[in-house]
Amino acid sequence: MTEAIDATGLVKRFGPVAALDGLELHVATGEVHGFLGPNGAGKTTTIRILLGLMRHNGGSVSLLGGNPWTEATALHRRLAYVPGDVTLWPTLTGGEVIDLLGRLRGGLDLRRKADLLERFQLDPRKKGRTYSKGNRQKVALIAALSSDVELLILDEPTSGLDPLMEEVFREVVLEEKRRGDRTVLLSSHILAEVEALCDRLTIIRDGRTVETGTLSDMRHLTRTTIQAELAGPPDGLATLTGVHAFQLDHDRVRFDVDTEALEPALQKLVQVGVRSLVSQPPSLEELFLRQYQADR
Amino acid sequence: MTGTGKLVRLILRRDRVVLPLWVVLLGLVPAGYVASFEGLFPTAAERVAYAQVSASNAGFVTLYGPLHGSSLGELVAWRAGFLPVLVALCALLTVIRHTRADEEAGRTELIGAAAIGRPAPLAAALITTCAASLLLGAVLTAAMLGQGMPGAGSVAFGAEMALTGCSFAGVGAITAQLTSSARSARSIALVVLGVAFVLRVGGDVSALGDGSLSWLSWLSPLGWVQHLFPYGENDWWPAVLAVLFTIGTAGLAAVLLTRRDFGAGLLPARLGPSSAAAGLRSPFALAWRLHRGLLLGWTIGFALLGLIFGGVGGSVLDIAADNPDLGDIFARLGGSSALVDSYFAGTAGIVGLIAACYAVQATLRLRDEEQSGHAEAVLTTAVSRYTWAGTHLLFSLLGPVVVLAAEGLATGLAYPQGDLGAILAGTLVQLPAVWVLAALAVLAFGLIPRLSAVAWAGPALCLLILLVGQTLQLDQWFLDLSPFTHVPHLPGGDASVTPLVTLTLIAALLTAAGIAGLRRRNLPD
Ligand SMILES: Nc1ncnc2c1ncn2[C@@H]1O[C@H](COP(=O)(O)OP(=O)(O)OP(=O)(O)O)[C@@H](O)[C@H]1O
Ligand SMILES: [Mg+2]
Repeated sequence: MTEAIDATGLVKRFGPVAALDGLELHVATGEVHGFLGPNGAGKTTTIRILLGLMRHNGGSVSLLGGNPWTEATALHRRLAYVPGDVTLWPTLTGGEVIDLLGRLRGGLDLRRKADLLERFQLDPRKKGRTYSKGNRQKVALIAALSSDVELLILDEPTSGLDPLMEEVFREVVLEEKRRGDRTVLLSSHILAEVEALCDRLTIIRDGRTVETGTLSDMRHLTRTTIQAELAGPPDGLATLTGVHAFQLDHDRVRFDVDTEALEPALQKLVQVGVRSLVSQPPSLEELFLRQYQADR
Repeated sequence: MTGTGKLVRLILRRDRVVLPLWVVLLGLVPAGYVASFEGLFPTAAERVAYAQVSASNAGFVTLYGPLHGSSLGELVAWRAGFLPVLVALCALLTVIRHTRADEEAGRTELIGAAAIGRPAPLAAALITTCAASLLLGAVLTAAMLGQGMPGAGSVAFGAEMALTGCSFAGVGAITAQLTSSARSARSIALVVLGVAFVLRVGGDVSALGDGSLSWLSWLSPLGWVQHLFPYGENDWWPAVLAVLFTIGTAGLAAVLLTRRDFGAGLLPARLGPSSAAAGLRSPFALAWRLHRGLLLGWTIGFALLGLIFGGVGGSVLDIAADNPDLGDIFARLGGSSALVDSYFAGTAGIVGLIAACYAVQATLRLRDEEQSGHAEAVLTTAVSRYTWAGTHLLFSLLGPVVVLAAEGLATGLAYPQGDLGAILAGTLVQLPAVWVLAALAVLAFGLIPRLSAVAWAGPALCLLILLVGQTLQLDQWFLDLSPFTHVPHLPGGDASVTPLVTLTLIAALLTAAGIAGLRRRNLPD
């Protein structure tokens, strides 16, 4: 499978500060790829490099098989972008902006536009300066989603949407996904959204990729919490590799265990004799918190 | 009003460079005139002769206002007659910057959540700007006293500038309430300043002739302050008008503030079309939408200016005809036609400089688009940086052609006895100089985007050279810094092509360098 986005060892410096420091991002054609990281991790910077708005200082990057800096104009015909902070021209109406951006990209699907206006409940007659944050975002989303392009780059597209609209957004992206020929790069802080939409994801921190893969791959890397009531003393369990935060209170134990150590730990419990057992799968939040916090 | 004190400190911190700069610089300029007038006209007789010619020269009266006496102080105060316009400009821009611009950018909201009263930002902006204006007046008075000028006149002279600043701080405060964008607030305030200037000129020039329209000056705050006549009449009652005007405008602004919602203007927002017109499909169409209001406004302003300058042209001759003594002087200066020619050549220079302000403003629109994030939206479609910048530069380079042509044509129409072609040529030869200043703005935008605003130093320096260069008899190399120094003086002067070609080439090179920088840099930066 070809890669829609292929960034290797990407470095971007702003003066002495390295905003990106060897970032890896690989997005296959046709997938919805989540792009996560704490504030200031470098998501927007990466996207701006992909869009040819900024030039990288090191590493290599290709977008839809081309060089995003030198072939920007040609590549932009094939993609649509929704910035994290949408601002509209104060004197143009939402409908005018949608049409204009679509035409500048090389054409938009008017039926799709009408459908999206309806579903996002946007009044296209208002002037840019009178829209709320969420409605500005809808204008940019509708402009992007009704353009006939191969790649959608969305930078926190739902940060201003209410829960109903957020649901509409998910439906629409799932429709895109079903078409199968569109690639989506979705930067987001909303975990449920990422879980619902993304095939694979990349987590970055301080300008470096810390994790990439499918959600189930990543779940694999995290710990399950086990609480059990035992028939006897659990000798040797506390020192087993992969067991963490071990607590013993009379006949009750509670510990976290790495996925690889799950089997030996359970065997140990069975040997001692189990009266009751509760197992908590790793929550998404925990997964991200662990990745977001440095050195843990 | 809670929190006004804190906000005043915040304004002083944010403007710690700009505010002292205009207060001190504008405050000190007139003191520089004292020595040069003493040098140029050492005896009372020479001063009387100069005053006689100047007082009836319509071009001079247009620029500097009426002149009544011939004492050194009166000449200096009169020659500083364009200064109130600059003080007014600084004052209204400062007030809008700290009221509507902050509100639009969301900064007011940020501090508004703290324990700060709703009128506090307006009050703080007005207090700071009026205090700065008073300080400017005090600096001016002190500098004049330092030059050994009489006390009462120096105080009146300082009051003239201080009251101008206060009056136009009030104007800025009102326009900041009208619309939700700082850009429109600034435009409306500039129009008010322009109208005040035109009324002042209309009244003063009419007073040279039959005086039937001299009451026009009394409709303009700029007219009031000039009727203080420092060092001459030292008339204080026009000052009362200015004080009342300041209180009235500030009060009106405060009332308007309570009548509107936060973030909104008073002028209601209307619904527009739900889809784009068929024509709105190219980067140029977008640039036209963004620039057309500005271009139209400037074109109308320039046409009005042309009508004034042309209308006044008639009285230049009338004065010569009416007054045999002056007629003699004019004859020695090269005859009446030379006099009219030099008048039009002089106004063309002023008009060129104003056109350069438009060109710089239109160029810096690129930076506005970048900072507001609009550029990002356009540049991530199939529009290259060259095309995007090019469509805007079309307006900064060809827009001046339109406004200058409008001014030249209006001048010619209002002065039918003149040669329309020659007058128009005199206006249009300013273009290469205008382009150089626009190109400097392109260069700044391309290479030092965060400091793009330094592009205003170009017109500011040229204005300084225009205002003080001749009077202070500065070195030629300094005068040569202004591209306008090199423009042929038409009608009347030598129509040499070399400087025009050179200036155009310089402008082309600077523009190319700026565009090359833009191609290479981060955007937004
Ligand atoms: N133009 C710039 N000049 C200097 N530093 C910058 C610039 N743009 C970004 N940075 C820095 O680069 C780092 C990455 O910023 P970026 O905006 O890419 O983060 P992000 O992951 O998008 O964060 P968020 O989740 O808050 O949107 C930050 O430390 C930021 O301060
Ligand atoms: Mg971001």
